[in-house]
Amino acid sequence: MDTDRERHRARETAFYLFTQQSLPACKPVLTPGWVIAIFLFMGVIFIPVGLISLRASHCVVEIVDRYDIDCVPEPSRMDKVSYIQDDSIPKNCSHFMKPVPPITWKVSCISPYAEPYTFSSAVITRHYTAVKTATEYVKSRSDKQLLDGQKYHDTSSCQPVESNNNRPIVPCGLIAWSLFNDTFEFIREGAELKVNRKNIAWKSDRGHKFGKNVYPFNFQNGTLIGGGKLNPEIPLSDQEDLIVWMRTSALPSFRKLYGRIEEDLDVDDVVVVNLMNNYNTYSFGGKKKLVLSTSSWLGGKNDFLGHACVFVGCSSLTLAIIFMLLHVKYRRPYGDMSYLPWNRKSFSG
Amino acid sequence: MVAASSRKRKGKIRWSKLYSFAACFRPLTSKERLAARELICQPGFSRVVFCNEPHLHKRKPYKYPYNYISTTKYNVLTFLPRALFEQFRRVANFYFLLAAIFSLFSLAPFSRASLIAPLVFVVGISMLKEAVEDWHRFLQDLDVNNRTVKTHISNGVFVDKLWKELRVGDVVKVNKGEYFPSDLLLLSSGNEDGVCYVETMNLDGETNLKIKRCLEASLCLNEDEEFSKFKATVHCEDPNSNLYTFVGNIEFEKESYPLSPSQLLLRDSKLRNTDYIYGVVIFSGHDTKAVRNSTRSPSKRSRIERKMDHIIYILFSMLVLVSSFGSLLYLRQDMVDWWYLQLPDDNKVNDLDDSNSEKYDDRFFNPSKPVQSAGLQFIRALILYGYLIPISLYVSIEVVKVLQTMLINKDIELYDDVTCKSVQARTSNLNEELGQVEMILSDKTGTLTCNQMEFRKCSIAGVSYGGDITEVDLAASMRMNADFEPFEFSIDETDGATRSFEPFEFSVSSFSAQNGNARLTKTEGPNWIHGSNLFDITMFFRVMALCHTGIPLEDDNHKMDKLSYEAESPEEVSFLIASQEFGFQFCRRTQSLMVLREFDPSSMKEVEREYKLLNLLEFSSSRKRMSVIVSNEDGQIFLLCKGADSIIFDRLADNGRAYEQATTMHLSSYAEDGLRTLAFAYRTIEAAEYESWNTIFTQAKATIGPEREELLEQASETIEKDLILLGVVAVEDKLQKGVPECIDKLAQAGLKIWLLTGDKRETAINIGFACSLLRQDMKQFHLSLSRDAESNNQVKDMKEDILQQIESSYKMVCEERNKEAPFGLVIDGKALEIALRGDVKDEFLQLAVNCASVICCRVSPKQKALITRLVKQYTGKTTLAIGDGANDVGMIQEADIGVGISGMEGMQAVMASDFSLPQFRFLERLLIVHGHWCYQRISKMVLYFVYKNVAFGLTLFYYELYTSFSGEVLYDDWYMTMFNVMLTSLPVIALGVLEQDVSSDICLQQFPALYQQGPRNVHFSWSRIIGWILNGVVSSLVIFLANIYILSPTAMRENGFVADIDSLGATTYTCIIWTVNCQIALITSHFTWIQHLSIWGSILLWYIFLLVYGALPPNFSGNAFQVLVEGIGPAPLYWMITVLVVVVSLLPYFIHIVIQRSYFPMDDHIIQEMEQCYKKYDVRDNEMWVREQRNSQRSTRIGFSARVDAKILSFNQQLQQKKLSIYRSVTNSPIYRSITTSPFS
Repeated sequence: MDTDRERHRARETAFYLFTQQSLPACKPVLTPGWVIAIFLFMGVIFIPVGLISLRASHCVVEIVDRYDIDCVPEPSRMDKVSYIQDDSIPKNCSHFMKPVPPITWKVSCISPYAEPYTFSSAVITRHYTAVKTATEYVKSRSDKQLLDGQKYHDTSSCQPVESNNNRPIVPCGLIAWSLFNDTFEFIREGAELKVNRKNIAWKSDRGHKFGKNVYPFNFQNGTLIGGGKLNPEIPLSDQEDLIVWMRTSALPSFRKLYGRIEEDLDVDDVVVVNLMNNYNTYSFGGKKKLVLSTSSWLGGKNDFLGHACVFVGCSSLTLAIIFMLLHVKYRRPYGDMSYLPWNRKSFSG
Repeated sequence: MVAASSRKRKGKIRWSKLYSFAACFRPLTSKERLAARELICQPGFSRVVFCNEPHLHKRKPYKYPYNYISTTKYNVLTFLPRALFEQFRRVANFYFLLAAIFSLFSLAPFSRASLIAPLVFVVGISMLKEAVEDWHRFLQDLDVNNRTVKTHISNGVFVDKLWKELRVGDVVKVNKGEYFPSDLLLLSSGNEDGVCYVETMNLDGETNLKIKRCLEASLCLNEDEEFSKFKATVHCEDPNSNLYTFVGNIEFEKESYPLSPSQLLLRDSKLRNTDYIYGVVIFSGHDTKAVRNSTRSPSKRSRIERKMDHIIYILFSMLVLVSSFGSLLYLRQDMVDWWYLQLPDDNKVNDLDDSNSEKYDDRFFNPSKPVQSAGLQFIRALILYGYLIPISLYVSIEVVKVLQTMLINKDIELYDDVTCKSVQARTSNLNEELGQVEMILSDKTGTLTCNQMEFRKCSIAGVSYGGDITEVDLAASMRMNADFEPFEFSIDETDGATRSFEPFEFSVSSFSAQNGNARLTKTEGPNWIHGSNLFDITMFFRVMALCHTGIPLEDDNHKMDKLSYEAESPEEVSFLIASQEFGFQFCRRTQSLMVLREFDPSSMKEVEREYKLLNLLEFSSSRKRMSVIVSNEDGQIFLLCKGADSIIFDRLADNGRAYEQATTMHLSSYAEDGLRTLAFAYRTIEAAEYESWNTIFTQAKATIGPEREELLEQASETIEKDLILLGVVAVEDKLQKGVPECIDKLAQAGLKIWLLTGDKRETAINIGFACSLLRQDMKQFHLSLSRDAESNNQVKDMKEDILQQIESSYKMVCEERNKEAPFGLVIDGKALEIALRGDVKDEFLQLAVNCASVICCRVSPKQKALITRLVKQYTGKTTLAIGDGANDVGMIQEADIGVGISGMEGMQAVMASDFSLPQFRFLERLLIVHGHWCYQRISKMVLYFVYKNVAFGLTLFYYELYTSFSGEVLYDDWYMTMFNVMLTSLPVIALGVLEQDVSSDICLQQFPALYQQGPRNVHFSWSRIIGWILNGVVSSLVIFLANIYILSPTAMRENGFVADIDSLGATTYTCIIWTVNCQIALITSHFTWIQHLSIWGSILLWYIFLLVYGALPPNFSGNAFQVLVEGIGPAPLYWMITVLVVVVSLLPYFIHIVIQRSYFPMDDHIIQEMEQCYKKYDVRDNEMWVREQRNSQRSTRIGFSARVDAKILSFNQQLQQKKLSIYRSVTNSPIYRSITTSPFS
């Protein structure tokens, strides 16, 4: 009982303190000492972090190869659109990719090519600007249908690719309809390089967003064929290309994971890519690139983070020094009254 | 029984005789009669009232409204449309209404609920507030309307009737102390001569009672039964708002009599000193003059809120700019080739299914109508970037203000033990305005003073009684000691010296000898008897006990030997009480006799003496004196006179000036203490002289016509001369507790205080001294109309007169501005009326603003309001008006902030006010502590809010830039909704409610000058606003660009996953949440656990939200499904971006405050540092602290401390002179010379 009462009293006093606005408070005052310490601390933290991330980024080898122009035969280059829309012309094409390591950084990286992964992606510029970001495009899908298949009927969000011949389309919507359908085959020294195309999509997507018993139905059967077709035998949850594609990217130029090369590549290795150039980027002037890259713990090759960190760290240090000098030279005594308004000449009541 | 007996006793006195030359029953001149008759029945004078026949007023054309009044703004039907209209007059609300409407047509990129819900919330809360306020008004009305009054029904029977059921023509009986239910025509009163006393404080603020008289014809109607057959018809003017005029006539028993304002009893005034009156209702309900005089309370908005509108305009133009930029760029897109959108291109339409082409008709992507699409796109963008205009700001501000109000109401230091009331913030709109007040316009009676007079000191025959040391002297001497050792003085301590002057203990203790003062007590044996000037002292008390208009009241509750008194003014009551204490008890008064029980020095016994009252020369403001002519039992005739010192001194006989010099000295010291002084004098009159004079006087009294008063005045002039001065008395118009200290603090805070009072100039000036608004070394300008100008009544002359006075005063101000001496301006009502006219007012206000204190006396309620308005307009400064009576309502409503005193009776001022205080002294804490806090809280909060929404809203725009204005949104809908609702709202509210730049007790009470931040508006200047907007722009840029460049296009994780729109959105959003919450941590200077919890809790909440939202089934969470766990959480990049972005985006602000704090510190910064510095010691004991505190007070010119300073200065000078003279005298003395010259060593 006593504790109850005490607790009650404590609560009452706390409330009283609150209403009287006299709760115990900490009132930090920014002193020059703190300022210099904070800047120094920031410099000390950010410079090493920046250097580490720069190193991680530099250890990543990345080969970018644009193939959308080369893969169109010379005579058709004047009218690429009709070339790509003509189904009768075979679209296969082969390309060479040679990993050129950044020599200067090779030394510092512990195992330049030991990283087991390489991933490929199609980089498509400008055109995808609108693809991935137009509201109508992004919203033209039905998550419920992807999970439940034809059991789910209300697919109005899939406009205009909702049904064909009065039968529903699975998967419906513009995104699925415009599925990317270039295929790649990698050959090293005459032998096929094995590309692991499993686990390229999020596990949660495979497990919870795309139905295990949902099969493509009535897909790409309309008069207007968009992108790739799907194998109706395989359930959606295993159609990882589709799953990756369905994760819309934020920006117009983007990469998508194609697969992983789980073998080590040598510096001198030349990889031959046999690809099917099916996807129409020509009508809107988009680009397609194939990127082979290793990855570090920070992901792909991106120096921006490292540079930014180093820059912030250096500026902080500089600021720390500047403020230290200023503090030594033009020091304002702590709590100096001469700055108070009534001590200042200009103050007029 | 008691009441009945006292009524009888008083009934014997013919009051009209007492007021021997008051103009009662003065017949109107024939001219006036004619004029009145001509006016009646003209347009504007068409009202007809059938007295005692209210049923005749049920039908047209004599149908007048019931006596029901309503002050509410809305009724049940009009509430919704009118309140809604009020709400949507706000720009921001209108914008949000449009957005909500667009969302109904699915033009908006967001869900309908997220647009409509906040709007409904904001508008709903505001409307609820309106409704509650109106409900309170309704209850107040209900209370007033349901009061009862005795009303005649028939056959002389009076029954209680509700006020609201009264009708024009009803005869009512109002008892003593009751308010009049409506404007009444006085028929008769409990006094035989038909006179009644009326207190009109609620109408004009004047404290002295007014006399009203009924017509002689209706005098006989003074019993209930008389009214069974009473019938009369009144023709009079139509309802109007003029309080002082009334024209009409009454037909009664086939005679017609003219009516004047003195027969009209106004609603809201109160019957005093009269047992009952009978009256007939002339104007009822909304026709009454009091109601017509009241104005509807305007809705006030604070300065910051008005400025906030401008910020909204800026943001809105930013929004329009950004949106039109977007839609223009959009126009230039060529969408035709975007096959993946399946656009209905001409070539392809044929290929498509018919059904498809019909169904698919997108307004936003119609390449054939680019302009239309762009227009729609524009509208969509307007809504999309709507985050720039923070609707939640309004919600948060409402919430914060309500909480602030709660804290103000709960403040224990604003609680008055005596009345058991505390400060009530009646509107929450104006909290922050309290911190920006520059000018206080204060009423006097009931606000500064308690309307109680206390006898404090007197000087009899050249000797001063009642203590000599003034508070200022005391404080000054203490302070001079304090210069040598740290010393804290408080004014309360000096109370020890003054407490003994309470009037009722007077005789026992207070007149004991002190510093050579003579002893004057009753109990210890009257020592004064042995004084040399015994006769003068006795005469002095006789004047005190006889020269008045009061009557004693017998009250059983009192001891038999103590009487209480009733008189026209509280001053006289205080004299009577005091003289009773001194042994001169005024016990009875009959028509011509005054009985005094006085102490007889010769027999040492109390004897009862009768004085015959021969004449009474009444007090008037022009005469400034009052006399009685009495004859004692021996037949000696005395003229006893009391009056303003200057007047009395002019009329002294040559042999009557014995004490003049000493008395004058005492007078000035009393006056500086703010006491009201009156001089007493007498003369003996020979019987023959009296006889001859009396005939002249009686003749003058009998004269009819306008020259009567002049004759009377001349007659009294001839007898009131050759007086012998007895002494002076000083009464204190008792100030309310703590008023001088409060004014002192307010003055230190740099506030200007104007005193607006309906009282006399002398009283006003006295109070000015008492409150330290005026002091002796101050240059005072008195603006008043000269007699010539006044008598001529020519506006042009008066104007010139005033203008000349103003100009000469202003010249003086300009010349002496550099000198230390401050200026005080005293102006009276008539001069003010001229001074406030169009062409003079600028000069007047210029002068007034340059004076340290301004006192306006004899001003009407309308003038109070007018001054307030003009000062507000002319100076553009925030004004606060404080008052307690209905006469202050206009002023209270007109000022930026109206404060009502709730301690006294009468609720009109409180009802009209924005804040109500139990006492004036609470104004200090309300303004200097709460005002300052609320101001800087709200301004910090608004600025931060703008920052926050700019930082967030612009990232949406940048994303659009990157995606060619596709209309896609980077964030999930739910993130956006949560942003202002949960993730960033709590810290702002904590900031708005609990932030303190400096603590209340140490800093604000001791450095009131800090308050100046508010009036100078340092926290909400345009440079700050722009700075914060820029800060928001920078933050948004940093956040967006860093995320884009780090996350795209390469993989963000080791397994090669690439950031999709959801990962990018979540990461960017994380950065925003961190940045804005850390930003508020940088702003906050006062961290309690609540702030910590809200800031860090908000950040934590975001992660929790992300987890929970991600864990919901994908049907619900969509693409945000498992985004933290699967997507961004495992990526080290995500966490590193967060840290980097937060640091970089806060860096500009941080550098700014570092530079500002180190090299351009603001006042609060220094005081914060000082507070930290001296935390270790007890701050108040620190010498430096005390010195600084004093420095901070130096620049003030009015108030108690300023006076103490001035006093110290003069003390020092005196000391210096004394030293010098001593030195001289010593050096000149022969001994000194001999010492210095003689060779001792």
